[in-house]
Amino acid sequence: MLLDIRQLVQRFGPTTVLDGLDLATGPVAALVLVGPSGGGKSTLLRILAGLDVPVAGSVSFDGETLPRDEGGLRAYRRTVGTVFQAYNLFPHLTALENLLLPLVHVHGLSVAEARERVREPLERFQLAAHAHKRPAELSGGQKQRIAILRALVVRARRLFLDEPTSALDPEMTGEVLEMIGELKASGTQFVLVTHEMGFARRVADEMAFVADGRVLAHGGPAAIIEECGVPRVREFFARILP
Amino acid sequence: MSRWLAHAIVVAVFVALIGLAFMRVPYAWNWAGVWEYRQKLLQGFVTTVALGVAALVGSTLVGMLTAVLLGSRHVLLEAVGRVYVELIRGTPLLVQLLIGFYVVAGAVGLENRYVVGVLVLSLFSGAYMAEIFRGGLAAIPQTQRDAARAVGLTPWQSFRLVILPQAVRLVLPAVAGQFVSLIKDSSLLSVIAVSEFTLAAQEVNAFTYSTLESYLPLAAGYLLLTLPLSAVSRLLERRYRYES
Repeated sequence: MLLDIRQLVQRFGPTTVLDGLDLATGPVAALVLVGPSGGGKSTLLRILAGLDVPVAGSVSFDGETLPRDEGGLRAYRRTVGTVFQAYNLFPHLTALENLLLPLVHVHGLSVAEARERVREPLERFQLAAHAHKRPAELSGGQKQRIAILRALVVRARRLFLDEPTSALDPEMTGEVLEMIGELKASGTQFVLVTHEMGFARRVADEMAFVADGRVLAHGGPAAIIEECGVPRVREFFARILP
Repeated sequence: MSRWLAHAIVVAVFVALIGLAFMRVPYAWNWAGVWEYRQKLLQGFVTTVALGVAALVGSTLVGMLTAVLLGSRHVLLEAVGRVYVELIRGTPLLVQLLIGFYVVAGAVGLENRYVVGVLVLSLFSGAYMAEIFRGGLAAIPQTQRDAARAVGLTPWQSFRLVILPQAVRLVLPAVAGQFVSLIKDSSLLSVIAVSEFTLAAQEVNAFTYSTLESYLPLAAGYLLLTLPLSAVSRLLERRYRYES
């Protein structure tokens, strides 16, 4: 994907969260957004995912500008997948039903077709045995992997992942990151917000450092994490990396 | 000790205490006199069941509609819902029945007192139901609406497939409690001369001068209706308890 963001502004009441953010990537499969909490990463991701409309500015993927009307945005959301930090499964449905719901009600598959579609992915990520459990009976890692599958099985062009592991313990984090790594290897495109720097470094084609509502630095992961000339970025990594 | 046994023991102790109280009061029982009127009591019971079922359906519909009004972003619609709920909840059902029957129904030429009774009961109970439904809908976290939008559901699909099924499970116990109240509140329909269970008991009492023998079956009859409601509510609550 080629992502081009120009002068993006987002405000919530009196608070300016994105303050004229610019970002133009090269052709990347995986873009990772890093930076301090409250810096605007999640707000940016929600706009990229078509969930919120910015106050000003424009976003385009591969030359296609995101619409601003809810109807157009809904059509756009149907072509991509979004995974939130936590609680994104529907708790009244089993894991399998969570996967089937968008396929049947949004993408018009029959229940039989939808079951056929999810069978192989469930097996591939060792989730078939848990398909008939409700989210409350699943571990955090299993829940998040089902959520990723739900976003993926609609044949999403790309995924948006908003801190998918920050509510998980280290073991489950590993489990989810492994899945994301596998998806990357098999050609899935995604934009990921994360604090897992080791993983970000391995998986990112490009990395953008977002703070104070702007992109302060942008480039290859090594360039951002180790060789960045921007003091704010250097200080950030000096604090969080051992 | 099983829950069932515990309940049985408590009920036995309770009945024994009340029995003792009855024995200490000199009272000449006249069950034979009341038995003569068993048909009347039975008819009243059946009428109460029919009125109750009709008002359950009515108050659920009224409650859902009003919950939508209460949640409306339109100021006037929200005001209509709010004023209605506060007026109904702040005044006695007795007054509502009298005004509903003698004034409103009279003005529009509605003469069937059973229909008026069901309507007033539905409007009365619907106001409480509306608050229960509104609370249930408000309790579904924003993240669920986000997740529904993210997978591309329309607002109506999101409501029907995601929000409503969760809200229904949340409000079931409160709704069952409201249904129990509604059944008992239907006894007030006797003031507009609807021949329901309570009026039947009052009449049997008037004919036989046997107050306790007339009203004890009344209490038993209402329990017969309300206890199963409570039991069903607890069953559903257990079955739908999926959240940790």
